[in-house]
Amino acid sequence: MSRIVTLVLALLLVPVPASAQELVLSVAISMKEAVEELGRGFSSGHPGVALRFNFGSSGELQKQIEAGAPVDLFISAAQRQMDELEKAGLIVPSSRRLFARNVLTVIKASDSRVDISKPADLLDARVKRVVIGNPKTVPVGQYSEESLRALGLWDRIQPKLVFSENVRQALDYVARGEVDAGFVYTTDAATRATNVREAFRPAEDTYRPVVYPAAVVATSKQRSLTQTFIDMLLSREGQAVLARLGFQPPPLGAR
Amino acid sequence: MSPQSLSALWLSVKVSLVATALVALIGIPLAYVLARRRFWGRAAVDTLVTLPLILPPTVTGYYLIVVLGRRGVLGAPLYEATGFTIAFTWYAAAIAATVMALPLLVRTASAAIASVDRELEKAAYTLGRSEWRTALEVTLPLARNGILAGLVLAFARALGEFGATLMLAGNIPGKTQTVPLSIYTAVQTGETHEALLLVGLLTVLSCAVLVAAGRLGARAQ
Repeated sequence: MSRIVTLVLALLLVPVPASAQELVLSVAISMKEAVEELGRGFSSGHPGVALRFNFGSSGELQKQIEAGAPVDLFISAAQRQMDELEKAGLIVPSSRRLFARNVLTVIKASDSRVDISKPADLLDARVKRVVIGNPKTVPVGQYSEESLRALGLWDRIQPKLVFSENVRQALDYVARGEVDAGFVYTTDAATRATNVREAFRPAEDTYRPVVYPAAVVATSKQRSLTQTFIDMLLSREGQAVLARLGFQPPPLGAR
Repeated sequence: MSPQSLSALWLSVKVSLVATALVALIGIPLAYVLARRRFWGRAAVDTLVTLPLILPPTVTGYYLIVVLGRRGVLGAPLYEATGFTIAFTWYAAAIAATVMALPLLVRTASAAIASVDRELEKAAYTLGRSEWRTALEVTLPLARNGILAGLVLAFARALGEFGATLMLAGNIPGKTQTVPLSIYTAVQTGETHEALLLVGLLTVLSCAVLVAAGRLGARAQ
């Protein structure tokens, strides 16, 4: 027993190998693979900088920053969350950049036997459950709600709706076959191509453009290094990685 | 209180009452058998029932999905046969709460049953009572307070269930969003006022339950 205690105490004394610098990146989860890959490129150019990723829905990450989470960079999947943080003075306005765009799609499990090829098919009796992100906190849910409203389906689809905490949970519900259809981004569908397939794409004029703003968080002590990361997102190399993973370039001149 | 919170409250009460009824139905016979019988696999049954008390609720929730999900061990045949899936319905919330609350009753009740004087049971046997009637007329009434205390604890546990419910039943306002899930969503969306109200309500309810369980437990001594 005493030997175990000694061992534990000894472990406490071992210094944790601290990196010279650490950047905490709160990133909308639909950007997960892209930012991880871009992060590897960034790390090789900045040895000694450790990147810590914090993935979640943009709304959830926004609340964390409002509650004082020690974050350097925020990447949102919608302008709304970034606008609210900017209004509250919690990001550095001059650092804010739009760096990518995405497209909404409706998916079903790859072994689904239900024919879903147009929006009205979601009302078919064989479609029992449809997952969208919780519109209160999850951007993909906000875009889905806009689209369903514009398509005139919002009221009638209510009894079938299941809410997810982020877009990847929606993707997982469909992949597991727990729900018949789900609204995600095309880039999410691509990450589980063996489990899900596209049913149809809602017309792009039925919802606001899906854009990704990035900004330095006001409490960051490493503003210039964080800004370097944002610049990298917009660099030719950064845009090439994003394009390869299915993201579209940001609208010209937008912020 | 917003209509969403009210519906969460009503759902929580409904789910907890149904779960407590199920716990009583399954748990009391189980507690009796565990306290009074020695049989092969007894330790395994005991462990299985107690496990949800020890495991992270998300692990229990995952097992429930594996069993009851649309592609689950039991869920798939059910879906094939009836087109019905338990996941994302209030039944799922009730089942999750039952599994999580069961060990609290079984532990408390089997201890109470084990402490009933065996001589009294033997007396009943010599008077010609079967084991079944002895259990109903002698053992369980004598262990009553312990069983009731267990049921009260089970109700409280069901009321507070979060993790396994979130995994199996989801978090659908008006359908599967119980009070704990409603609090989670309210905090996530910055509705601090609503969250505070529900937190206060659950705290008061839990205190009342603890006092009730304590009194019943004291009487059982």
